[in-house]
Amino acid sequence: MTQPDMERRRFVQMLGVGGLVIAAGPLGIRRLDDVESLAASLADPFSPHAYVTLHEDGTVTIICHRSEMGQGIRTTMPLIIADEMEADWSRCRVAQAVGDETKYGSQNTDGSTSIRLFLAKYREAGATVRALLENAAAKEWGVDVKTVRARQHQVVHDRTRRTLGFGALVATARTLPMPDKSRVRVKRPVSRRWQGKKMPSIDLVPMTTGTATYGADVRLPGMKTAVIAHPPVWGGKVKSFDAKAALAIPGVEKVIHIPEPPIPAGYNTLGGIAVVARNTWAAIKGREALEIVWEDGPNAGYDSVAYKATLEASVRKPGKPGRTLGDAERALAAAAKRLEREYYMPHLSHAQMEPVAAIARFADGKLETWAPTQSPQDARKVIADYLKIDIANVTVNVTLLGGAFGRKSKPDFVAEAAWLSKEVGAPVRVQWTREDDLRNSYYHTVAAHRLEAGMDASGTVTAWRHRVAHPAIDATFAPNVEGSGPDELTNGASDIPFAIPNVSVEICPAKAYTRIGWYRSVNAIHHGFAIGSFVDELAVEAGKDPARFLLALLGPNRTVDLSKDGLVAPASNYGGTWDDYPLDIARARHVVELAMQKSGWGTPLPNGRGRGIAMHRSFLSYVAMVVEVDVAADGTVTVPKATVAVDAGFVANPDRARSQMEGAVIMGMSNTLYSEISFKDGRVVQANYPTYQVTRMRAAPHVVDVHLVESEALPGGIGEPGVPPSGAALCNAIYAATKVRIRQLPVGKQLAGAVGRTTDSGSAHG
Amino acid sequence: MISLTVNGARRTFDGDPAMPLLWYLRDDLELTGTKYGCGVGSCGACTVHVEGRAVRACQTKMSDLEGRGVTTIEGLHPKGEHRLQVAWREIDVPQCGYCQSGQIMKAAELLGSTPKPTDQQIDNAMNGNICRCGTYPRIRSAIKAAAEKSS
Repeated sequence: MTQPDMERRRFVQMLGVGGLVIAAGPLGIRRLDDVESLAASLADPFSPHAYVTLHEDGTVTIICHRSEMGQGIRTTMPLIIADEMEADWSRCRVAQAVGDETKYGSQNTDGSTSIRLFLAKYREAGATVRALLENAAAKEWGVDVKTVRARQHQVVHDRTRRTLGFGALVATARTLPMPDKSRVRVKRPVSRRWQGKKMPSIDLVPMTTGTATYGADVRLPGMKTAVIAHPPVWGGKVKSFDAKAALAIPGVEKVIHIPEPPIPAGYNTLGGIAVVARNTWAAIKGREALEIVWEDGPNAGYDSVAYKATLEASVRKPGKPGRTLGDAERALAAAAKRLEREYYMPHLSHAQMEPVAAIARFADGKLETWAPTQSPQDARKVIADYLKIDIANVTVNVTLLGGAFGRKSKPDFVAEAAWLSKEVGAPVRVQWTREDDLRNSYYHTVAAHRLEAGMDASGTVTAWRHRVAHPAIDATFAPNVEGSGPDELTNGASDIPFAIPNVSVEICPAKAYTRIGWYRSVNAIHHGFAIGSFVDELAVEAGKDPARFLLALLGPNRTVDLSKDGLVAPASNYGGTWDDYPLDIARARHVVELAMQKSGWGTPLPNGRGRGIAMHRSFLSYVAMVVEVDVAADGTVTVPKATVAVDAGFVANPDRARSQMEGAVIMGMSNTLYSEISFKDGRVVQANYPTYQVTRMRAAPHVVDVHLVESEALPGGIGEPGVPPSGAALCNAIYAATKVRIRQLPVGKQLAGAVGRTTDSGSAHG
Repeated sequence: MISLTVNGARRTFDGDPAMPLLWYLRDDLELTGTKYGCGVGSCGACTVHVEGRAVRACQTKMSDLEGRGVTTIEGLHPKGEHRLQVAWREIDVPQCGYCQSGQIMKAAELLGSTPKPTDQQIDNAMNGNICRCGTYPRIRSAIKAAAEKSS
């Protein structure tokens, strides 16, 4: 069989030809009921996102083209389609799409975009199938289509109460033209069964019985396992190595040098020495026995202590403008009161529970891989380039992702498996250890901030200058990048929703000495921490309640097109237009007021406790958070309660949105209280969870009270917008409890001995 | 040669006696419900029961298992309906789900010894099991819900 034939067969098997197949894409909705149109669809620019098949036995197959990493997309996307179809949820099954840009459009599951980009298409796809089935039933009965309606997997004739099941209508529906646009009616809110309601996730049984398949769990006959010694310094190379001792370990079969590509290598591998063995243990032991002399290369001097000083020096000088409104310099000079503060946040690593792993099988010039990837299309491209084979000969199967947080949008580990499988001539599973994961990641950037504000005599902010320096993600992909562009500032710094007439947001130079990459919420993490902390400091300086001060700073209800309000081009808005998603201050104010009300803001707390508030708009959603902390005498911070108010527009799956906010509070605690990746001699200092600490059960909130604003507005993101306000809310709460201001993360031991349950902690405040 | 039982089935092992149980389960028996998270006994993703006690499979050598009985998530309940598994589903605890086998196995040991645990007892028992998605509040709720189901 030729490759296109194989691909067609695989696709046909997945969709189940014989049924009614509907595909929805940017160019409209089509039916692909027969092999010919399925085959044609593989090559044309239609790029459907949603595929629904109704089989003659009534089963519905919905293809999920986005990766599942805990956000619930494998439940949310199908439930929207099934709801609009009037399908019986128990008769729907979900098939995971392979990576294919032609068939599915973008599958890159990042930027909190899955529902934001596809809600309308999913709805239209489901409603189209419903209309088509209604047309089919009307034809069968010879009645006016206006007298029939689909209801829970059957079409009912109102007057005679006759019914026809969905499966029984497939044959007739296949003979009919696509329904007229006027007949395709997306449900009104009152008719929705599951959208916006609590729905159990579809993978709960496999996930609670150990039968769910993650990337590390795929098993192929004859499969080898490889563990790789990567260069400890970014850009390093193997100078020489001795594999004798490694090869003497029982089970070790081969030791292979993977060439180190020149940096910046983007998504390509790091290179290094791979130990290929019969099982994981032998591969790990084999790697331990390797003797390698490294040539560390140009980044051997990377030292986080020195680099912090470099970044701080950078933000003390003017940078490139990201937003300029009025004259911040002059307004600062004229202010009655002026405050200047600096903040620092170190590198972070995703530390997702499943260290990256991938299985690849190279045979007959074709490569098939099974991988926990957020971006199967990028994996496919990288593999095709790396192995120098046609992209049509690369198949990327997407498993469940055991956590991802941005790490698994970079397919370097998939490329390793592909390369090794070709080299070894057998299926190879690449398994990174936790140490590999923490020491060779694509790190969240390290950032320094300098904020300056001027206030008039009444405490109103009249001037705002914000300088940021951090190595850019772009530096992972292109040489000589020294800091990010103005577009990275629109990730929560230059797009601040404050009513301040004089604003200057500037990006200052910073060179990258390691791989920088996306990490859940990206730059909005450090932007949110610095801005949210500074606003709290200004409130204290002005002698005002922090929440009321925040509301005053937001100013009156209004919508703002920031591209016309001083933003330097490209004035990006998370991929949305400013018309669709203007800065809407009423929504920002509302979440702040909601969080205040629901958290009992202003009510007394025991000594040692305090509340902090922060609000951040990111990924086109508005999130306000009130965190309540308890600081013990030894400085240990726990969170009895967090209150989260979210306006993300329409929320299709509220329970998963809640769970994302619960997780955001807890990941925010990790980012703020414990986690730090630091470098010495170009190498990562931390090794595993004992040194790269994350939130554990004892510190975790006892209550995360999430309030979703009911809305029919265009959807915003859910997976990421909860994290940006969390750090500032937490540190502001620590200040309220202890009067210790945190300006450098992580909090770590900064509170030890300094504070505790003192009698004058002022903890009843805020 | 080491003889042991895994989920009630008799097994023998004649490989490296220093190999951790984790890799025996995952690579030899293809019981992949037990997860690798850290390899140093710090995250709890590999938690299984040996003679009813929760242990870290990554820290348990095969040589320690002669004559012992190992239970993994796959063997916790014949139909996957242990009251913790049921409660986990009712409360929709998992996000990515990767750590949940270990969480459930640790919680099962807790309920075995402490049928009605307090918050503090739950926190102390579960502190060694990391969930990076942050499902801790739901894990607490699910353990309490399961405890209520026990008579």
